[in-house]
Amino acid sequence: MISAQNTIRPRPHTTYRSFVEAHIRQSIAQCYQCGKCTAGCPVAYTMELTPRRVIRALQLGLENELENSSTMWICLSCLTCSARCPREINIAGVMEALRLATIGKKPTPDQKKFRLFHDLFIMSFQFSGRAYELGLGMAYNVMSGQFLNMASIIPGMLRRGKLAFLPHKSRGSETQHIFQRLEGQNKAMNQAEAGTK
Amino acid sequence: MIETARYAYYPGCCSKASAKEYTATTRLVCKALGIELEESPDWICCGASSAHSIDRILGIALPAHELLYAGRMKLDLVASCALCFSRLKIAAAELKDDDVRKRVGEVLGQEIPGNPDYRVMHILQVLEKHLDRIHLEKPLKGLSVACYYGCLLGRPKEVAFDDAENPQVMDRVVAALGGEPVEWGFKAECCGGSHVFTRPDIVSKLSHRLLYQAKQAGADCLAVVCPVCHSNLDAMQKSIGKEYKEEVDLPAFYITQLVGLAAGLPPRKLMFEKLFVDPMRLLRAKGLA
Repeated sequence: MISAQNTIRPRPHTTYRSFVEAHIRQSIAQCYQCGKCTAGCPVAYTMELTPRRVIRALQLGLENELENSSTMWICLSCLTCSARCPREINIAGVMEALRLATIGKKPTPDQKKFRLFHDLFIMSFQFSGRAYELGLGMAYNVMSGQFLNMASIIPGMLRRGKLAFLPHKSRGSETQHIFQRLEGQNKAMNQAEAGTK
Repeated sequence: MIETARYAYYPGCCSKASAKEYTATTRLVCKALGIELEESPDWICCGASSAHSIDRILGIALPAHELLYAGRMKLDLVASCALCFSRLKIAAAELKDDDVRKRVGEVLGQEIPGNPDYRVMHILQVLEKHLDRIHLEKPLKGLSVACYYGCLLGRPKEVAFDDAENPQVMDRVVAALGGEPVEWGFKAECCGGSHVFTRPDIVSKLSHRLLYQAKQAGADCLAVVCPVCHSNLDAMQKSIGKEYKEEVDLPAFYITQLVGLAAGLPPRKLMFEKLFVDPMRLLRAKGLA
């Protein structure tokens, strides 16, 4: 797994707003709070901070509210919000930026399962090169405590030969090298940034 | 004799397990249409929805690995999975930025030539392009199909090849096969994606809505172009039906299975037995099996 301290994260003196705006290359000030993003979001019903309110929180600098919200992890990246925004703000890009910005923080209890899933998904191909569905599912169920997740379909998957028992390997171990070089690059960039402070 | 068309092909990780039938029928149909697919022996995962969520450069470098292969082969790159397609095409767009290209090149351990033009296509585009090659042995007459595109073919606009709200390309393919695409409003609504692990309640709610709306629109079946959508709509369909106390019984085909069926390929090779919702009764009723 790529360790959190080596991933790119906002430098301590920057705000979420400046990190997000740099990521989407747009200004959050453009948003006039019409709420079209929330209206079209298929998962807004289960968010404590809806997409419109996330943008408002960024405008107002409500850092704690943003950090403790699960909105960016509930976001499915379906991009309906971005496609419909009358101000053409890439709202799904805002959610992506908030995931990246908070990845170095300790997850809240609700954020934990989403972070666990993504970490395990990455692990499932980091060494073999290709994602390993059965391993991912078993590891996720055990580590999240949701033991019976998808239990109803597993016999059917097995009967239809739709689960591979062993991971499928890519020729060469390119992913391992990619992760090693990425860690090196991120470390160097974080050090360079620390040096210029 | 039709000229052979050649593409680099990215099968994606689901091709080895949960979406075997999609890859197998993609190959089968392409072969029948005289389309050659060149698979890289060392393709790696595109990172799906996880890589770009934890590291920006990782989310570009993983699909870029495959773009470089297609570039070396001087071929357009085709993906059958909508998510792989999206990640590959987003990476191709991101590589136009000099700083991103330099960093990704470092991570991949090879220099990426400036001004790259990596062309990425989804299998739907390839099928539409070569529609005239399909010899209709068994037109899908009387089969009402709800074409389900999912989130990623019409959005974001930088990589989309169809309308964000009312995409049409699959409808045109189904119509060309002699089938009847139904009008419905949920073609590009989300199925819940990988939340089937983390928040299965979300997948149930969203996929139930899709199945219900397709049925309301008068569809006999769904046509799907993404392994994750497919597993949510097909494999999970029974448990979703139980949860919402109504049986849906809506077979969900991969589009390539429908093309193969119309082209008269032998049904046992189209792997209908891999589907959770058995389509045989429907196909027999329509005189297609």
